[in-house]
Amino acid sequence: MKLILNEEQNYLKETALSFVSEKTPVSHLRGLRDSDDQLCWDKEIWSEMVKLGWSGILIPEEYGGSNFGLTGMSVILQECGKTLTPSPLFASGVLGATALTKFGSEEQKQKYLSKIASGELTTALAIDENSHHNPNICELKAIKDGSNYVLNGKKIFVVDGASADIIIVVARTSGEDDDVGGLSMFLVESDSNNLKKVKLDMADSRNYANITFDNVSVDETMILGEIDMGLEPINEILDVGRIALSAEMLGSCEKAFEITIEYLKERKQFGVPIGSFQALQHRAAEMFCEIELTKSAVMAAMQGAEENSNDLQRLSSLAKSIVGETSHLVSNEAVQMHGGIGVTDEYDIGFYLKRARVAETILGNSTFHQERYANLTGF
Amino acid sequence: MSDLENFRVEVKDWLDKNCPATMRAGAPADTPIDEVWGGRKAVYKNPDSKLWLDRMGEKGWTMPTVPKEYGGGGLNKEEVKILNEEMFAIGARAPLLSFGIWMLAPVLLEYGNEAQKREHLPKIIKGEIRWCQGYSEPGSGSDLASLATKAEDMGDHFLVNGQKVWTSYADKADWIFALVRTGPKEPKHSGISFLLIDMENPGVSTKPITLISGKSPFCETFFDNVEVPKENLVGELNAGWTIAKKLLQHERKFISNFGLAAGMGSKKDVVSLAKKHFGEDEGKISNPIFRSKVIDHKMKEHAFGLTLQRAADEGGKASAVASMFKYYGTEHNKRRHELMVAASGVNGLAWDGNEFDDSEKNLTRAWLRTKGNSIEGGTSEVQLNVISKRVLELPSG
Repeated sequence: MKLILNEEQNYLKETALSFVSEKTPVSHLRGLRDSDDQLCWDKEIWSEMVKLGWSGILIPEEYGGSNFGLTGMSVILQECGKTLTPSPLFASGVLGATALTKFGSEEQKQKYLSKIASGELTTALAIDENSHHNPNICELKAIKDGSNYVLNGKKIFVVDGASADIIIVVARTSGEDDDVGGLSMFLVESDSNNLKKVKLDMADSRNYANITFDNVSVDETMILGEIDMGLEPINEILDVGRIALSAEMLGSCEKAFEITIEYLKERKQFGVPIGSFQALQHRAAEMFCEIELTKSAVMAAMQGAEENSNDLQRLSSLAKSIVGETSHLVSNEAVQMHGGIGVTDEYDIGFYLKRARVAETILGNSTFHQERYANLTGF
Repeated sequence: MSDLENFRVEVKDWLDKNCPATMRAGAPADTPIDEVWGGRKAVYKNPDSKLWLDRMGEKGWTMPTVPKEYGGGGLNKEEVKILNEEMFAIGARAPLLSFGIWMLAPVLLEYGNEAQKREHLPKIIKGEIRWCQGYSEPGSGSDLASLATKAEDMGDHFLVNGQKVWTSYADKADWIFALVRTGPKEPKHSGISFLLIDMENPGVSTKPITLISGKSPFCETFFDNVEVPKENLVGELNAGWTIAKKLLQHERKFISNFGLAAGMGSKKDVVSLAKKHFGEDEGKISNPIFRSKVIDHKMKEHAFGLTLQRAADEGGKASAVASMFKYYGTEHNKRRHELMVAASGVNGLAWDGNEFDDSEKNLTRAWLRTKGNSIEGGTSEVQLNVISKRVLELPSG
């Protein structure tokens, strides 16, 4: 496993950087927030991303994608993270595309994957039921009724759930609340009868929803994968998502750090740039080291996924955990080192702090992944 | 067969014939173990240690990439990889530990003249001469460039007077590479030269320093009217600071790698110690508060190991990266030892006697020794300064 990007991946990364710098600086997210945009992302921007082929990177060529791999997708998200660019790329291009590519029937792939690639539809993954991510627990039930399944229960904090056309729902089809063997996945159209979405207002101004299933009936052809497939295969999707999200969070850390270092060079007090003070220099240098370690962990997880590493679960948890911790450090220090303007809404750095915390909770925060890593390693 | 495949066969065959049985995996448990540093004063508990060193030195395989005319192996990168793999496969012991190899040889290859390379490199590679490093002085620690040991130009030789401190193993070394002041009127960085000094010269003396660990790996080294031939000046007169900085990078990289490698291969790591002393609960360290500290530590260690790998994959870049590894590696190594001591409770603080086993007594001393890791070779604070200024380009105060 080489911990470097190849030429094509570097090219993708550069393309993404110039795209987000030009089209979606932080003022883009600010504009969506200030106009109380209910979508929380921009359709024009999304269609340009689709034209660049980003939505199809994890989709096989026969279904309209480029099958370019998770590293390519992750470096794009890393650059999106630098300007906090909102889009359905993570929920649809990563989670939806991965779930359908790995577990979809031929018919489902034909029907949905090309539409994900073309941006015609977007997806969301509904898994959490509590304030903390814990895929072991699932109370939402799907009960067989003839050739249909009837879903009852509630999913919360569904990323892009307020806008997605297709909701991929993890549901219990057998066993009790924490029996991970009795879990199955269903594709549910978001305009289904008895499905109720409530958009959430979160600190990072992105798109989330709570979704209630009150006798939602789905045809058995909408089962994704096997009935009672259990958590193991579902975790494969989650790990791909965790790695891609880690890359996005890394990008945000890198940029918040860069903005802060620039500020230390410009801002003068006592007649000198505050960056000349050793008290700040050493904290900046420590952040640099932590970011370097984080880059390595994220890179190893991306490359591990490309190579189907048998250590992927541990690498995924390492990346998500470390990037969460580094996000804490960098976002807090970034605000502190900016002084007064750091806590004003007018200045962008606060957006990085808010996004860092919300992103950390998605698909498991640092302590969740520390525990998982430890159990997998035998600590 | 390709050339490389042929080479692998040759290496296997050579190792099979030349690596003594006690120098590889499967050696009898009672084999005395030498830490082989070579040199004129070397003493061997096991004669095979010397034999193995001589054979590897003759092949130039202690520095396999150095050209053959300087006594090296003349191998390319792929061949070195094969050599390492085949040595690893039979569990061959390192034939030679050497500051000459790790620090001086790279500098001689870059800055030394032809005569110096031909004179010194073969002796480093064969382990005939053991080198030590004369950098720090009592008044010049972090502010190394203020060093005062002077070398006066006496026409046909330099006359050296002054004192070095923290010279590793000076009492066991044969030669010292030292920074000396040759330009007393120049600005402090521009009056320093890099000089090679034979410690058998009259006027050189050493005195070991006992550390808090009870061991004495460092010495004070004194120069009292020592005459050093002009030909022992490496690079230009008063241009020693550039060489010194280059050498410090080699040293920093070495110290950080050493700290990490020491931890990763060891079976007595913090997890097994914690399970032994706190107990296990369904395979988990049973003290949850300590367990969470261990998890955090081990994950950072994993990420640091990946960072070393990434730096190698990127082709090993700038000097400031060496500073990061030195800073993080040594601080991490200190934390690791603190955790091992804490995991062991009373048994982690044993000093001597028969009530504790050797690994416990060694742990106490190793823990105390790590306190020096973040001081020697440039303190952690100096490394953070280097990162601030060279990588982040923050302004000077």
